[in-house]
Amino acid sequence: MSPLHTSPHTLFTNSVTRVMLLVVIAMVPAMIAYIHFFGWGILINATLCLVTAFSCETAMLRLRNRPLWPYLTDGSILVTALLIAFALPPILPWWIPVLATAFATIIAKHLYGGLGYNPFNPAMAGYVVLLISFPKQMTAWLPAQSDQGYAMGFIDNLRYNLFNELPANTSYDILTQATPLDVVEAQTGLGHNIAEIENSFVQFSDYFGVGWDWVSLMFLLGGLFLIYKRVISWQIPIAMLGTLALLSSIAYLYNDQIHPDPLFHLLGGASMIGAFFIATDPVTASTTPRGQIVYGIGIGIISYVIRTWGNYPDGVAFGVLLMNIAVPTIDYYTQPRVFGHDKDD
Amino acid sequence: MLEAILVLAGLAVVFGLLLGFAAIRFKIEGDPVVDKIDAILPQTQCGQCTYAGCRPYAEAIASGEADINQCPPGGEQVIIELADLLDREPKPLNEEHGTEKEAKTVVIIDEEICIGCTLCIQACPVDAILGAAKQMHTVIADECTGCDLCIPPCPVDCIYIVPIEETLETWTWPYPDSEQDQEEETGDA
Amino acid sequence: MRKLNAFHGGLKLEGHKQISIQEPIITAEIPEELIHPLHQHIGDTAQPIVEVGDRVLTGQMIAQAEGFISAPVHAASSGTVIAIEPRLVAHPSSIKDTCIVIKTDGKDEWIETTPHNEDYKRMDPSGLRNLIRDSGVVGLGGAGFPSYIKLNPGAKNGISTLILNGAECEPYITCDAALMIERPREIIDGLLIMRHALQAKVCLIGIEDNKPEAIQAMQQALTLQEKTIIDVITIPTRYPAGSEKQLIKTLTNIELNANQLPVHNGIVVHNVATAAAVGHAVLLGKPLISRIVTVTGAAIDRPNNYDVRLGTSMQVLSRQAELQSHKMERLVVGGPMMGFEITELESPVLKTTNCLLTITAEELPQEMHAMPCIRCGDCIRVCPANLLPQQLYWHARAKDFEKLQQYSLFDCIECGCCTYVCPSHIPLVHYYRFAKTEIGAQERDRKKSDIARQRHEFNQYRAERKKQDDEERRRKKKELLKKSQQSEHKQDAIAAALARVNAKKEKAPANTDIDNKKETNQ
Repeated sequence: MSPLHTSPHTLFTNSVTRVMLLVVIAMVPAMIAYIHFFGWGILINATLCLVTAFSCETAMLRLRNRPLWPYLTDGSILVTALLIAFALPPILPWWIPVLATAFATIIAKHLYGGLGYNPFNPAMAGYVVLLISFPKQMTAWLPAQSDQGYAMGFIDNLRYNLFNELPANTSYDILTQATPLDVVEAQTGLGHNIAEIENSFVQFSDYFGVGWDWVSLMFLLGGLFLIYKRVISWQIPIAMLGTLALLSSIAYLYNDQIHPDPLFHLLGGASMIGAFFIATDPVTASTTPRGQIVYGIGIGIISYVIRTWGNYPDGVAFGVLLMNIAVPTIDYYTQPRVFGHDKDD
Repeated sequence: MLEAILVLAGLAVVFGLLLGFAAIRFKIEGDPVVDKIDAILPQTQCGQCTYAGCRPYAEAIASGEADINQCPPGGEQVIIELADLLDREPKPLNEEHGTEKEAKTVVIIDEEICIGCTLCIQACPVDAILGAAKQMHTVIADECTGCDLCIPPCPVDCIYIVPIEETLETWTWPYPDSEQDQEEETGDA
Repeated sequence: MRKLNAFHGGLKLEGHKQISIQEPIITAEIPEELIHPLHQHIGDTAQPIVEVGDRVLTGQMIAQAEGFISAPVHAASSGTVIAIEPRLVAHPSSIKDTCIVIKTDGKDEWIETTPHNEDYKRMDPSGLRNLIRDSGVVGLGGAGFPSYIKLNPGAKNGISTLILNGAECEPYITCDAALMIERPREIIDGLLIMRHALQAKVCLIGIEDNKPEAIQAMQQALTLQEKTIIDVITIPTRYPAGSEKQLIKTLTNIELNANQLPVHNGIVVHNVATAAAVGHAVLLGKPLISRIVTVTGAAIDRPNNYDVRLGTSMQVLSRQAELQSHKMERLVVGGPMMGFEITELESPVLKTTNCLLTITAEELPQEMHAMPCIRCGDCIRVCPANLLPQQLYWHARAKDFEKLQQYSLFDCIECGCCTYVCPSHIPLVHYYRFAKTEIGAQERDRKKSDIARQRHEFNQYRAERKKQDDEERRRKKKELLKKSQQSEHKQDAIAAALARVNAKKEKAPANTDIDNKKETNQ
């Protein structure tokens, strides 16, 4: 018997590919800002990540006897690869992005069942594994171009990433720089106060960090575009950023010597990319509207705690992964009230 | 050293008491599992499971004597429900006991041939055949469970199996034909 | 100004309404053959009261209602009954159902009708309802619930609000709009009858704002006096605003409890076409024998609303609408969001058929490969019933029927909004329909097996009892046997005693004269 066609009998208005492509488009402004301030390293990483992602995806689909189409073209692995590229410093050995992406695709995504079935955000899982295993390489970022004595060009960056060759008359420590978050964490630990730190280190700007401000703002722009296009909903970003702002405001008002101001937190680190692009990953985030608010708040709290009192400069990745575990419970307890039922049904 | 031992021993005693208390205080009065199993079985009373009816089979499952995959009229659905209830692995139907029928059936007596011997009436486990000695026998279709136990005793072979026709009220939507499900079936072998 | 309330979810869809409302309603030709299914309504099947070979007149009752929830069937044109047999009816299952087939004689001779005009107001309320019932009026919005039942105000607090549903929220369908534009008085007359039957205080007619001409026509048709009791309300166009619960929420802000009917809250909702049919039934005495059907779609050259006699086959109707079958990829009865596909054009137009929609290949997706659910939650955002379609999907796939009911599966109105927005193209509504009918089938099976269990237990009990009775009997027989054996013993004793007596007698001396005389006298 021919398959029974059921309603609706209409064309599809949405598709997974469309959703993923819109996310990629929303990342473009931030990518441009990034390249402008920090050079082409990110493109090297992005290429490595993309190639790894697609090869691993193909290999896993074959191994699992799944059809290559449409899974290769659904765009989900494209987004994962780009997020990892953004999460990694531009200057680091080539095998790090490859490892991160391979882990994300093979273990965090396919071993859990493939698209739609993974409980953990693959990009964050890959990033965290590498962060814990190779902390030195993962926290050595580049300074914004305008500040460098030595501007790292594309070829130089490529030669380092692929062959571990530094440009003449430079050293690793000269080339790399910690992020403002990293500096604050280390220096407040040593007893300095915020005003001192911001004045003594070059990477600080009036808001967060030179170059980083713009990248974060571009992520904000991209995020608002996604909300406008209804690809993501407002609950997670507002909850997460709101919590960060609230907690940092309280701490700042309590003691502005050792706690940076809210704007620093909002524009710093992975706040913006996390709020709009990482935490909103549909597969791993909470699905109910109220649940999404709880989820966002949870990530905000964990990120803030790790930033302020933890050992890592930024806690967004850990926040996301930890809240991923809580998602089924959050969904269960935040079911909307069904039309015509009482609240406790 | 001594303090450590005392502390640990103390903790052990405390937790042991707690657990014991919880085991008694929060004990669940379970329903007899036989009733629950019987509620799942289809009540065809056909005996294909080698027990004389559904209740004896339920008792056999509860006592561990019989396996959960011996009921052809129940089919896969019943096996899965029993597996769920008893926390066991579902298995495929044991073909020795028969195969799952394509569609539900009832029987019909050909009145031209019936000789009124009452052998089928005696065989029917749910009294679905109306009749008496030397009187016409007839099957009450609504009561017939399709167990087919009346067919062997009939000396003139006047009982036939007919499938129950689907009506607009009993028709069900088929399970969505999803390529994704097919993939998943063939994929992870 | 009445304050309107929004309902959760819903979609803004392309209306596609203009194409079928360019011309006035066309009266469809009466075909040679009329096929009247006995079951075109919710409730029990009607029973035929004519036989093959009978001549019937237009409007004659040919099948009577059976039971409380049922409706009769009337001949849509005069002719001869040529068969009462299973025929294809428009249903996704393609199962045939019993129909009365009439070969029309072309004369369209009516039975004698009894118009009631204004004296319906003096009729006894249950008499009025019976009149409506006997006219075969059922909900013409698509559900087909016998309307006379919904004209009973009930014993409780009475009806505060009577709502006429002129929303017609599904794309392509314009039959209600056309009726409102061209025959508004018929609707209003019917509404007044309904109001009288229900003793309703307020009457509201809800019309979506994408039908400005219909709104205007209805408002202009109301007399000044009627305007004090009837309000035409424009509601925002949003699918599915015409769904009963959502319409009630929009107009009155009352959210019906899942277990309740509107009448429990003092509200009754009827479709505008049903009101017109009630008007015909009472004022003109004419039973329901025709309805307006929108025939539309890109494969129809004359898309329009047609006034069709019930029982006309889709074949005849689509021919009149100039169907280009080579362009048609799929034929749908109903709208694109909730209609079902039929593959045979032989099915007749039923009381519940509101639209015949042809869909071309370009308007359908090329392939139906569903991706895994990416848990985006779009379905949750658009569900008008505030359900979690995602969870329902997971549990329907697992066939976990208990969980499905926990997540309120039966509150789903099958509107299709969730499937429309799903980026993974999962046929969500298909899963829910499957689950609902499976649960229904399981319930039926459970009831049947409960009865079988009882009968089996009684069978066992009877066998036990028979065994006991047989044993009793055997035992008694044994006793009797024993007794009779014992009584044989007695007989020997008696015989022995008699023998002794006889022996004594012979030993006795000769008798005197008295004895001789005794002997001779004897």
